[in-house]
Order: sequence, then structure tokens, then C-alpha cells
Amino acid sequence: MQHSWRKLKSRAMSGLLFTCALLVMAPLFFVLYYLIREGASALDWSFFTQLPKPTGEVGGGMAHAIVGTLVLLAMAAVIGVPLGVMGGIYLAEYGSDRANYWIRFAADVLNGIPSIVWGMVVYVLLVVPFGTFSAYAGGVALGFMMVPLVMRTTEEVLILVPQGYREAGLALGIPRWKIITVIVVKAALKGIITGILVAMARVAGETAPLLFTALGNNFWNHSLSEPISALPLQIFSYAISPYDDWHRQAWAGALVLMAIILILNVSVRILSRGRKF
Amino acid sequence: MASPSGDSASRFATQAPPRSGARWPDISFRWLALLAALTIAALIILVGWELYRGSRLAIAQFGINFLGSSTWNPVTDQYGAWPFIYGTLVSSLIALIIAVPLGVATALYLTEMAPQHLRQPIITAIEMLAAVPSVIFGLWGIFVLIPWLRDHLFVWLKHTLGFLPLFQGPIYGVSMLAGGIIIAIMILPIVTSVSREILRSVPDLQREAAYALGATHWEVIRIAVLSYARRGLFGAAVLGLGRALGETMAVTMVIGNRPDISASLFAPSYTLASVIANEFTEATTDLYLNALFELGLVLLVVTILVNVVAQLMLRTLSGGASGKVN
Repeated sequence: MQHSWRKLKSRAMSGLLFTCALLVMAPLFFVLYYLIREGASALDWSFFTQLPKPTGEVGGGMAHAIVGTLVLLAMAAVIGVPLGVMGGIYLAEYGSDRANYWIRFAADVLNGIPSIVWGMVVYVLLVVPFGTFSAYAGGVALGFMMVPLVMRTTEEVLILVPQGYREAGLALGIPRWKIITVIVVKAALKGIITGILVAMARVAGETAPLLFTALGNNFWNHSLSEPISALPLQIFSYAISPYDDWHRQAWAGALVLMAIILILNVSVRILSRGRKF
Repeated sequence: MASPSGDSASRFATQAPPRSGARWPDISFRWLALLAALTIAALIILVGWELYRGSRLAIAQFGINFLGSSTWNPVTDQYGAWPFIYGTLVSSLIALIIAVPLGVATALYLTEMAPQHLRQPIITAIEMLAAVPSVIFGLWGIFVLIPWLRDHLFVWLKHTLGFLPLFQGPIYGVSMLAGGIIIAIMILPIVTSVSREILRSVPDLQREAAYALGATHWEVIRIAVLSYARRGLFGAAVLGLGRALGETMAVTMVIGNRPDISASLFAPSYTLASVIANEFTEATTDLYLNALFELGLVLLVVTILVNVVAQLMLRTLSGGASGKVN
């Protein structure tokens, strides 16, 4: 009797844990379902090619925001990738154990800083001195967020490269910087690119750091020292607006943003498939 | 992970005999790399310094009372942080109450019980949940979650638990509870994935020993796995708290944005991050802007403290890798 009660309890708990797993996944499916249901119907050609219509008029699109997101991502990569990859190289190839411990620790803490704080910092750093919100400021804010992410993944990949690669290079009398760049980094390139794409996918959806740096803009951006729009910003301002047509477009924008992020994530998966390190 | 080879890699770099003649590219490359690694420290200092610089006026004006005062009135230039601190803490607490049990249970299911062919799909789904941007959760929150909460869950809660002050008062939809629920959804992936790492590091000997004593599957989990991993799981929860405190966009869109302190979870509230997001570009006076910066400083200090605690708990446990975020 005692025995079967314990078995029954074990069975019940196993069912409970399974239910929890389902509950955790449920929001993903609900979000994706509504994104597709609401977003797909609002997507049309003009969404990708036109600017927003003046307030109250139906129609128009988010072409400027799609381009803006891509521009901001490119600028973020220009800042985040060199700093992150070089930092990762230092951690994996040079630093002493103790220094590395603290740098890693700092990187993980930096990762936990709320994204809105980055927006405020870059506001003081770039928006106030130059007197204008700008695409530069938005790119820098996203770039700063990328640094610790890229650094940690680069380090982890480099550590996996076998020691023999480095020793073979040394035996041939190749200088160390060349061993690192031409042999070690090249061997781990797929993994490093994977890390960069993951970091880009993460900052692509960020809204908070752009609110008071890139600001947003309803027209084409002609210069990087002017405000620029981005999909997350446009989705946010449309979602909290009172107009039905804008809500419809917010869903469409969300669908496009999600598609960009999924494309980045899927390329990560494809890249990592044949990857050694 | 892989720290032995990491050690030998660093030994290679520092002890291999230098070649005379071609040293300067080596040295400059090394310095470049060091410089890049040090940007991390520079960024932390930069963040703290800029926020302090931005809030000096408010710090001088209000001093320590800023934290405890609950007046937030831009018209009379009176600023206090308490309603936002309260809103942040309570909404994060709600999120943890929901997300930690669910996340740990899911991690347990994945490591201890799930059949092999189910594991990868569930892990992929959770990774995808982590990839959904905050603003999309917010959009979904406004148009799908809030109406459902308002018409079903909140009504039911009021009906069954209405005797508690927590579930009394008018139902608007946008509310502290809605904010907490949306944060819970957003921190579920990190709580789950860190818990999973922790549970995977529990040695199989633990489990086998418990089985050998005749324990059932659940008893093995409870006696051998959970008690062994307790500290690490606590670390996972603290890491989730760090995330919860700083969540901005989705919360801003569903919490109602009213700086009131109310016992009812159905009442609108406001968090540190969302007041900054909403009012920063509208701040008309210097003092107003400084007060917002000081809110940012409070948020920064709290999240850094929480993150340091989480990292320390996770690190001492597993030697480094698991505090990392994918």
C-alpha cells in the first residue's frame, strides 16, 4: 500500500512537471500565433516601400524603419565586433587567470545592466554635446550592449581550439599575432560569427536604448547625425497610439522584426551545424 | 568549461620564447587586445559616472529623502522615487513567484524526465521565447493578454480570492499584476536555462545512490537532485530578479504608468525603468531630467548588486561558465 502510494506520487509529479514545461512554452505559441494572424493581414507591398502617412490617414508603410534597423545594426556591429572579438582574444590567448576572472565577471555584470540605462548614458555622452538625437548615438548604444556578449562567446570558442594548432605555428617560427589571427581565429571563425549573429539578434529587438538616442523619425534619414527610425521604436509608438490602422501596422512591423530576428537565429543554427569548435 | 586548455593557452602566450626582430607587431597586438578587454571595465565606470553626472542636481536638492518620498509632481518640481521603487520591487516579486517554480520545474522535466526526443524541441522553443523582443511582448500584452486578464483571470481572482486586499478594487486591465505576469514570461527562458545548467552539473552518483536506496523517480529528484542544487537554483532565481528589475518596454506598455501605491494588484503602477522610458524626452526642467537620471542610478545600483550576488552564487558552484547568458 505504502509502496504504490509513493509510485503514484512520483507519477503525479512527473505529470505536473510536464504541465509546467507546456505552460512555459505556451506564451511563445500564443505570441507567434497572434503575430502571424494580425501581422500577415496587414503586410502588403506598400508596407515595405512607403513612409508613414500623416496622422489619421490610412495606409503607408515602415520602409524607413526597416532600413533604419539595418543601419543601426550595422553601426552597432562596427563598434561591438572589433572590441568584443579583440577582448575575447585577450581573454583566451593572453590574460592571466586572475585578470580573466575579473574581466569575465565584469562582462557578465555588464550584460545584466538594463538596456534603458544604456540609452541614458549615450544620451549624456553623445546627444547632449552634439545637441541632437542621431543615428550615431543609437548605433553606439546598441554597440556597447554587444561588446560583452561578443567577448564572452569569442573567448569560449577560442578556448576550444586545440593547443597543437598554436604549437605547430610556433614550431614554424610564425609570430604570435599571426598565429592568433591566421590560425587560431581562422579555425574558430564559424563559432565567432555565430556569437556575433546571436548578439546582433539580441540587440535588433531593443527599443529602450533607442528611445532617447536614435529617437525615431517619420521620414527617410538623410544623414547619420540626424534622428533615425527603427522597427522597435515604430512598433512602440504605433502600439500605444489610439488609431486602429496604426495598431494593424504595429502588428505587421512586429512580424517583420520577428522575421529578421528569426533569420539571424536560423543562420546561427545552419552555421553551427558543420562547426568543429 | 574547458578551463585546462584555457590555462595552457595563456601559458603559451606568455612563456613561449620571443623572436627577436619581429617583436613590435606582437607587442602592439597584445596591447590592442588588452585595451579591448579593458573596455569592459571602462564601460562600467562610464555608465556609473554618466548617470551620477546626470543626476547631481537632484542628489543635491533632495538628498537621501529622494528614495523615501512618494511625491512625483513635475509641475511643482517635487520628485520622489518611492512609488517607482515600490512598483519595480512588487512587479519583479510577482514575476519571480510565477517564473521560478515554472522555470525550475521545466528544467527538472528537461534534465530528469523528458524522453530524449522531446528535449531538443522544448529547449529550442524556450530559446525562441528568449529571442522575442520586449516590444513585441508589449504589443501582445496590450491587445491580447490585457483583454483576457481583464475579462477572465482578474474577474475569477476577484471572485475567489476577493477577501484578500490584494485582489480588491476596480479592474482596469492595465495593472501591477499584468506587469508582473509579462515580466514572468520574459524571465522564464533565463531562469529555465540557468536552472538546467545547474541541474546538469549534479553528479549522477547522487541520483544512483538515491535509486539504490529504493527511491522513486520523484524522490530521487527531491532528495538527491533538488537538495544538492538548491544553492545554484537560488542563484538562477537571483539572476532572473536582475533581469526582472530592468525590464522596460513590455512593462511600460501594460503596467498602467501611474505613480500610486495601492494594496490592490489590479491597480495601475509604475516602475523605475518605465518612468524613465515615458518621461525622459518630456522632461522640461533640468531638475526633472536630473530626477529621472537619479532613478536610473538607483536602478543601476540595484541591478548591479543583484547581478553580482547572482554571479557569485553561480560561480562558486560551477567554476565560471553558467552565469553566462546565451
